[in-house]
Amino acid sequence: MTAAHEPTIPPPRRLRPWNVVERRLARVGITGRMLVLAAPVLWLLVFFLVPLAVVFGISLATKQFGRPPYSALLSTEEGTVQLTLHLNNYIRLFTDNLYVAAYLSSIRIAAIATVITLFIGYPMAYAIARAPDRWRNILLMLVVLPFFTSFLLRVYALTGFMRGNGVINQFLGLFGIQPLVMMQTDFAVYVGIVYTYLPFMILPLYTTLVKLDVSLFEASADLGARPLRTFLSVTLPLSLPGIVAGSMLVFIPAIGEFVIPSLLGGPETLMIGRVLWDEFFSATNWPRAAAVAMAMLVVVVVPIMLLQRAQSAVVEK
Amino acid sequence: MRRSWFLPIAAALGFAFLYAPIVSLVIFSFNESRLVTVWSGFSTKWYGELFNDPQLLGAAWLSLQIAALSATIALVLGTLAAVALVRFRRFKGRTLFSGMVSAPLVMPDVITGLALLLLFVAMESTLGWPQGRGMLTIVIAHATFCTAYVCVVVQSRLSDFDRSLEEAAMDLGASPIRTFFDITLPIIAPALVSGWLLGFTLSLDDLVIASFVSGPGSSTLPMVIFSKVKLGVSPDVNALATIIIGIVALGVLAATILQLRARPKKARG
Repeated sequence: MTAAHEPTIPPPRRLRPWNVVERRLARVGITGRMLVLAAPVLWLLVFFLVPLAVVFGISLATKQFGRPPYSALLSTEEGTVQLTLHLNNYIRLFTDNLYVAAYLSSIRIAAIATVITLFIGYPMAYAIARAPDRWRNILLMLVVLPFFTSFLLRVYALTGFMRGNGVINQFLGLFGIQPLVMMQTDFAVYVGIVYTYLPFMILPLYTTLVKLDVSLFEASADLGARPLRTFLSVTLPLSLPGIVAGSMLVFIPAIGEFVIPSLLGGPETLMIGRVLWDEFFSATNWPRAAAVAMAMLVVVVVPIMLLQRAQSAVVEK
Repeated sequence: MRRSWFLPIAAALGFAFLYAPIVSLVIFSFNESRLVTVWSGFSTKWYGELFNDPQLLGAAWLSLQIAALSATIALVLGTLAAVALVRFRRFKGRTLFSGMVSAPLVMPDVITGLALLLLFVAMESTLGWPQGRGMLTIVIAHATFCTAYVCVVVQSRLSDFDRSLEEAAMDLGASPIRTFFDITLPIIAPALVSGWLLGFTLSLDDLVIASFVSGPGSSTLPMVIFSKVKLGVSPDVNALATIIIGIVALGVLAATILQLRARPKKARG
């Protein structure tokens, strides 16, 4: 292949160091492309793909005491190599209700929170898109600002807000209303997700809404459509790409969320990220945690990646 | 027009929802009392306490170092990956490569953290490297997921880029490397800056992955904050949060002003 390409390289006008290096490398079959690709490919193979293979391997081991705290898959005994695979971690995923319930409840919580975020984010994005020019940048900056402040600290800010003697309950107390129990409930988890991921919903919605041609609304109004009708049959369908993009940006990270359920949720708030964390840190059952991760990969991550691939294929068309 | 009042009110309520918790957090950082929610007079003593807490200061310094290092590694790797994906139309394993680059964007942190920890443990027992876990392993983990974000940012800049500039440079006899450094790099520089800043922010903010891959004695700032918050609300965390929010607000404000200043120039040119 190299030999076929060599004649097509135009002869250099002046001998530059790079040309010398390039020809030397080409002689042993290394092209400039390979040099560009080498570092990211190697890095991602070693620190992204191989780790997933290791997780799969350890998910087939079993917990044991010692370092590392799992059994070896391969063992040599009297000259024979033995491969021991334990499937009990995966069997437990199906037989123990905790795991199935946690997967379902993560998907449910993430989906409901995404819909709530959409209902709050859409009018905000629309208002920003329709705001006068000089206001728009300031409003956008106000949306982006919380995103750059620490995620953890924003969740912490919410705890101060919703606690038994927090700001909301003190405010309600002024009107003689009994304090509400908000912390350590599923409600707090919903508020947490909506609060922290709202900017992710607003930004893609804004990008699609700001590009819409105002004359379409005028045409619709001229033809006698009331504002609501115009919204439902013109604005909403046209902003669908923004709705999909924003919803994905909220739904995907919300499913695997750990910080929000552990700081805001109660003991009965089941989310798979938290189950995995506890399996690893509290129960120190590494093989079980690995099996939970593999199942999460198959049930959640792979479908999302396929969906995104299909979506980008549609957009390119 | 009914929408004329509906939208501004909805937006105002939305912004109130976004900012009320932050504002109350800032106010209570100046509270005298240890009870974070009962106002008992103005005081800055929690800020003083913050700067006398060696654990917190050490963690903050460690986090800043990790963020700078991993953002820099991610900048190099992500830019190379973006160049490969945009400029090399077809190559062997392209699908796998683009999948590997973008997968960390959708990968839950708990999986990334667990996978890297298990890798480090397995590598240590078979290869003897890395010995133990700490700053090095956190930097590797953060650089890996930040690469994906840098790549997305640089990719979008590279794909709406006038290639005839590069072709002109090459026609005039510049080598591909010279062309890259003299032509391509200055043009994509804004994307590189925002990619680096994004990586820095994400690394500084990460709790979950760092918790998995860190070792004893190397707690990052989010890890220290998380353990403090788990124990209950503490006013010094409020003070710390106020400082971070202040720095970020100034940074975003500066960036916005610079952008607004740059705009008329662009229109003229």
